Amino acid sequence: MKILVCLKQVSAKESTLRLSEDSLHVRESDLSFEINEPDTFALEEALRLKEQLGGEVVVVSLGPARIQTSIREALAKGADRGIHIETENAESVDRTWAAGLIAAAVREEKFDLVLTGLQSDDLGTGQTGVILAEFLGLPHATIIMEIQIEESRIKAKRELEGGWFEWVEMPLPALLTIQSGLNKPRYASLLGIKKAKSKEMRRVTPVELGAEVSGTNALRLRKIYVPVKSKNTEFLDGTPKEAAAKLVERIRREIVSSPS
Amino acid sequence: MTQSIIAILEHQDGKIARLSWEALAAAQKLGAALNLPVEAMVLGSGLGHLAGQVAACKVTQVISLDAPALESYTPDAYCLALHGAVATRSPSYVFLPHTYQVREFAPKLAARMGRALLSDCTGFRIESGEVIFSRQLYQGKLSADLSFEGDGPYFISVQAGSFPAAQLERGENPAPVIEERVELPKDQIRTIPLERVQEAKRTVDLSQAEVIVAVGRGIKEAENLPLVEKLAAALGGQIAGSRPICDSGWLPMERQVGSSGQTVSPKLYFAIGISGAIQHLVGMKGSRTIVAINKDPHAPIFEVADYGIVANLFDVLPALTEEIVKARQS
Ligand SMILES: Cc1cc2nc3c(=O)[nH]c(=O)nc-3n(C[C@H](O)[C@H](O)[C@H](O)COP(=O)(O)OP(=O)(O)OC[C@H]3O[C@@H](n4cnc5c(N)ncnc54)[C@H](O)[C@@H]3O)c2cc1C
Repeated sequence: MKILVCLKQVSAKESTLRLSEDSLHVRESDLSFEINEPDTFALEEALRLKEQLGGEVVVVSLGPARIQTSIREALAKGADRGIHIETENAESVDRTWAAGLIAAAVREEKFDLVLTGLQSDDLGTGQTGVILAEFLGLPHATIIMEIQIEESRIKAKRELEGGWFEWVEMPLPALLTIQSGLNKPRYASLLGIKKAKSKEMRRVTPVELGAEVSGTNALRLRKIYVPVKSKNTEFLDGTPKEAAAKLVERIRREIVSSPS
Repeated sequence: MTQSIIAILEHQDGKIARLSWEALAAAQKLGAALNLPVEAMVLGSGLGHLAGQVAACKVTQVISLDAPALESYTPDAYCLALHGAVATRSPSYVFLPHTYQVREFAPKLAARMGRALLSDCTGFRIESGEVIFSRQLYQGKLSADLSFEGDGPYFISVQAGSFPAAQLERGENPAPVIEERVELPKDQIRTIPLERVQEAKRTVDLSQAEVIVAVGRGIKEAENLPLVEKLAAALGGQIAGSRPICDSGWLPMERQVGSSGQTVSPKLYFAIGISGAIQHLVGMKGSRTIVAINKDPHAPIFEVADYGIVANLFDVLPALTEEIVKARQS
C-alpha cells in the first residue's frame, strides 16, 4: 500500500503570537515550530498501516526551508521519503492554492491512500485535505477516528457531533482527514533519526509544477488582530491565596448550595 | 449571476438542526444589509414537511432538492446535487452551517465550482459598500478580517453561536416550496454510509451536574489530576475534561465537554488550564457562572468567563480548594 501523508508545520503550542507591522502575519522571529497536531496522528496511522500491509509512506509539505525539520522528523519516525514544495507563503486562507500545489506534486505517483490532519492549528480552515481529494478525483471522508482496509476498499469511522460516529465505506484510492486521538503517535528513535538523514527528500518549486508562485486570492486577508474582548470578566488578583479568597467570596452562594 | 443569497440547511431526524437556523439568520442579515433576496435550500428524499418548516421564515422560496440518493448524506451525492442547483442559480452568496457534514462536502463543492469557501465565519460588517467577514485564527487566539475577490458565488460556513437563531425573521406568508427532482449518476457516488454508533456508554450525565470542574492540557501530566479531583470533591462537583485530556485516556471519553463530547450548563463551571477553543466553548458556554484559571491572560476562555484568575494553576488550586473547604464548613 502506497500512502501519502500531508503535513503542515505550525507554530508550537503556547507560542507568543505577535503581529507584523502590516497586521497581515504573525511574526516568525518569535516562534518555534512543530508538526500540526492532527497531522502527527495521520502520520502514525500511515506508519501502522504500512507495518500491517507493507508498502511505502511518503510525506509532503509546503512552505519555506524551515519546514524541512518537520519532514525529517516524519522520516525519523519511519516515513520512507519526503516531498518539499518550496514556497515562501503557505498562509493563504484560500486553500485552493496549497491543495493545487500538492495535487500537482503527487498526481503522477498514484497513491492508494492519502491522509491529512482534519485542520491546522494556525489557520484552521479544515479545507486543504478535502480540496486535495477533489483535485485528485478521490472519494473522501473527514474527521476519521478509525480505519480498516479490506482489499481494495476502505472503511472509516467518521466522528459526528455529540459523541456519535458513522462508519462509511469507499473504494481505494481514497483520501481521509484524520482527527486527533485515534492512535498514540510514536517518538522517533535514535536509529530513526540517524537513518532519516539519508532518506530521499525531493524538492520542487511552484514554477516547476506549472503553478502560480503565490496564493490564489479569491479570499483576501485584510487584517489579523487580537480579538476585542467583549465579555466583562472580573479578574481576581493578588497572591494565589488572596485570589482564591476573593473568588470564593463571589461564588459563595453556589458553593454553599451545591451537593456534597 | 442572480443577485441573491442561498442558505443551505442541514436536517437530522426530521428537523432542521439548530446551527442551520443560525446560517439562515446570517443569510437574512446579509440580505437585509445588501438588499438581496434570500432563498433556502434543503436536500433529501421526501422532505415535504421539513421544507414547510423553513417556508415559515422570511425567504423568497424554499428549494427542496429531492433524490433517493440524497436520503442518507454522502459527500459525493451532496456535491453533485448542489453543484447543479447552485450553478444554475448562480447566487452571489451561499451560506452554510459549519457542521461536521458541511466541513466534509463544502470545500469540495466550492473547489469544484472554482470558488473559495470562507469556513467558520464569526461575523461580517459592511465598509464602504464592501462586505468584510471575520473568522478566528490560531484556535481563537487571533482574529482575521477577510473579503472575497473575483466572481461569486462566495461560500461561507458560519460558526455556532455567531448569528443567534433568535434573530431569525419569520415571513408574513409561507414562502413557496419548489421541489426539484435531481438525477444523480449512481457510479459517481462512491461512499456508502454504514451504521451509526454512539461510543461511550454513558454512566455519568454531566448535563445534570450543578457544579463541574473541567481540566485541560494545562495540567501537564496525568499524575497532577488529583489536584483537580480534590477541588471537585470539595465542591461536590463532577470532574470533566477538554478533548486532549480524554484523548490521552486521563479521563474517560464520557467526561469530555464540547462539540464532540457532552453539552453542559451547570450553575458553576471551572475551566482549569483550558484555552477555550470554539469546540470546547460550544459545550459549556451555557453555564450560569464560569470561572477560568489560566496563566495566559489572552486565552480565549476568558471571553466567556465571569471570573478569571491569571496564574499558574499549580499555585492556585491548593489555595482554592482550601478556601472552598472553609466556606462550606462555615
Ligand atoms: C472537530 C473537532 C472537534 C473537537 N471537539 C472537542 C471537544 O468536544 N471538546 C474539547 O475540549 N475540544 C475539542 N476539540 C479540540 C479543540 O479544538 C482544542 O484543541 C482543545 O479544546 C484544546 O484543549 P485544551 O484547552 O485542554 O488544551 P490547549 O489548547 O493546549 O490549552 C492549554 C491551556 O492551558 C494553559 N496553561 C498551561 N499551563 C498552565 C499552568 N501551569 N497554569 C495555568 N494555565 C496553564 C495554557 O495557557 C492554555 O490556555 C475539537 C477539535 C475539532 C477540530
